[in-house]
Amino acid sequence: MTAAGDSSAAPGSAKLRLRDVRRRFTVGKRSFDALEGVSLDIAAGEFLAMVGPSGCGKTTLLRIVAGLETPTGGTVEVARDPASTRPENSMVFQQESIFPWMNVRDNAAFGLKARGMGKHERYANVQPILELAGLKGFEAALPHQLSGGMKQRVALARAFANDPEILLMDEPFAALDEQNKLILQSELLRIWEASRKTVLYVTHSIDEAILLSDRILVMSARPGRVKDLIDVASLFPRPRDISTVKSSPRYGELFARIWGELRNEVLASARESGGKAA
Amino acid sequence: MSRAGVNRAISIATPILLLAAWEIAARASVLDTRFFSSPASIGNELWTMAASGDLWKHAWISLARVLIGFAIGTTLGVVLGLGIGLSPTISAIFKPLIDATFPIPKVGLLPLVIIIFGLGEASKYAIIAISAFYLIVINTAAGVRQIERIYLDVGRNYHASRLMMFTDVALPGALPSIITGMKISMGVSLIIIVTAESLAAKSGVGFLIWTSWQVFEVEKMYVGLFISAVMGFLLAVLLDWVERRLIPWKGA
Ligand SMILES: Nc1ncnc2c1ncn2[C@@H]1O[C@H](COP(=O)(O)OP(=O)(O)OP(=O)(O)O)[C@@H](O)[C@H]1O
Ligand SMILES: [Mg+2]
Repeated sequence: MTAAGDSSAAPGSAKLRLRDVRRRFTVGKRSFDALEGVSLDIAAGEFLAMVGPSGCGKTTLLRIVAGLETPTGGTVEVARDPASTRPENSMVFQQESIFPWMNVRDNAAFGLKARGMGKHERYANVQPILELAGLKGFEAALPHQLSGGMKQRVALARAFANDPEILLMDEPFAALDEQNKLILQSELLRIWEASRKTVLYVTHSIDEAILLSDRILVMSARPGRVKDLIDVASLFPRPRDISTVKSSPRYGELFARIWGELRNEVLASARESGGKAA
Repeated sequence: MSRAGVNRAISIATPILLLAAWEIAARASVLDTRFFSSPASIGNELWTMAASGDLWKHAWISLARVLIGFAIGTTLGVVLGLGIGLSPTISAIFKPLIDATFPIPKVGLLPLVIIIFGLGEASKYAIIAISAFYLIVINTAAGVRQIERIYLDVGRNYHASRLMMFTDVALPGALPSIITGMKISMGVSLIIIVTAESLAAKSGVGFLIWTSWQVFEVEKMYVGLFISAVMGFLLAVLLDWVERRLIPWKGA
């Protein structure tokens, strides 16, 4: 049973409900829509990947859900467990975001400190997560002593340690080299399959989207709209193995479908801006 | 010798040669020793004053005035600067006042400060605190505004309290800029204390320089100048050390 991947899930079971979410930006005298009416239900425990051309509003949508940006229209509803003391969401940002003045342990424990947890308790909480992220032995290191990949792993550890109901991840592996990416992808798969958090995951990589997600949201070029929603969960049951998924013929079909959609979007937006320039 | 070694030798040799030239000129009466005492006689006086304890007394009292005033001014400046940087309301209240009064030369406030704080130590602390405060508050507020937005976003997304935004994000984020402000205002504090002591004090390095000049004890005046140079050097070394301790993530 793959209820988590069922896009027609009953409205009552949705963890996150986006209705006609819009965002207009004004730069100088010019206004434009970054998001134009995104509606979407995400089920509790679902892993939803978002792909779309650069500038189509993926980060903006995540920031709106995170409460860092206010939509100019529409609503975002989160179904919260009233008994829960867990934070609603935590974001892993697209750019480097760990504090350069805190060591690895304090960075990872930042959310727990904000929640008022004492020093001993939060360090004890964070330790296994740091070990999972391959940061054992670097707890006291400052970010400038780490590699780019290690810094990103600290940011991931910070979000996971916070144990939010919804994880918002904005191209968390984009800055990593191919080997590190592969390792962390399978780590993420493993951690997620154990914890089953609701995840909203932005990526540029079709590969990554298919590998990790229950559903893939394909966004149109700017202004961002839902172009397609693809059920992946029913094609590739969990637990998944990277090489098995990649060698499946269905993988190739799915990849081609998404790639075709994205290519059309990119071409369309190029034509549009080309037409304007002429 | 390597190029760097040669340069180093030159850096050491130049002041020694200058001192030697000065000594020779003084002995040959090319220089008027009433105003330009020979380095040997200044060294002699330095030794006498060190032995009698006069030197330490003046040096210590100036140092204490600078450090206490500096600590007060820096603390107030950092707290208010963080407030101005983080809160538009606090900024609206204080920024215009600070900007409007900043250009006033702080030595010019000395008469007012003496009226308010009296002729004792309090007025010395106050004038140093005021001078340090302005440079620190401005640098701190600028430092907070220069903090990359992503760090404030992280603070918000992880629901950091107002206090934690202050202590864990704004303060460390603004530290490099605060330390720059401290370095500048330390130099200014030395100028101010020497001036204030020449005008209104019965002790301290500034007093030593000015009264020695008035009673024509020129060697003592040079000793005073020498002490202020050494103090400035030591305080700069201290601040470099503080900088390395507080912001290890910057540079070395
Ligand atoms: N604060 C802002 N002010 C003005 N325009 C903005 C702002 N934030 C985003 N935009 C614009 O909104 C559009 C969408 O930006 P967004 O960062 O959401 O894109 P994205 O899909 O995440 O792109 P990428 O894949 O390159 O990260 C872009 O055209 C961008 O220039
Ligand atoms: Mg983005």
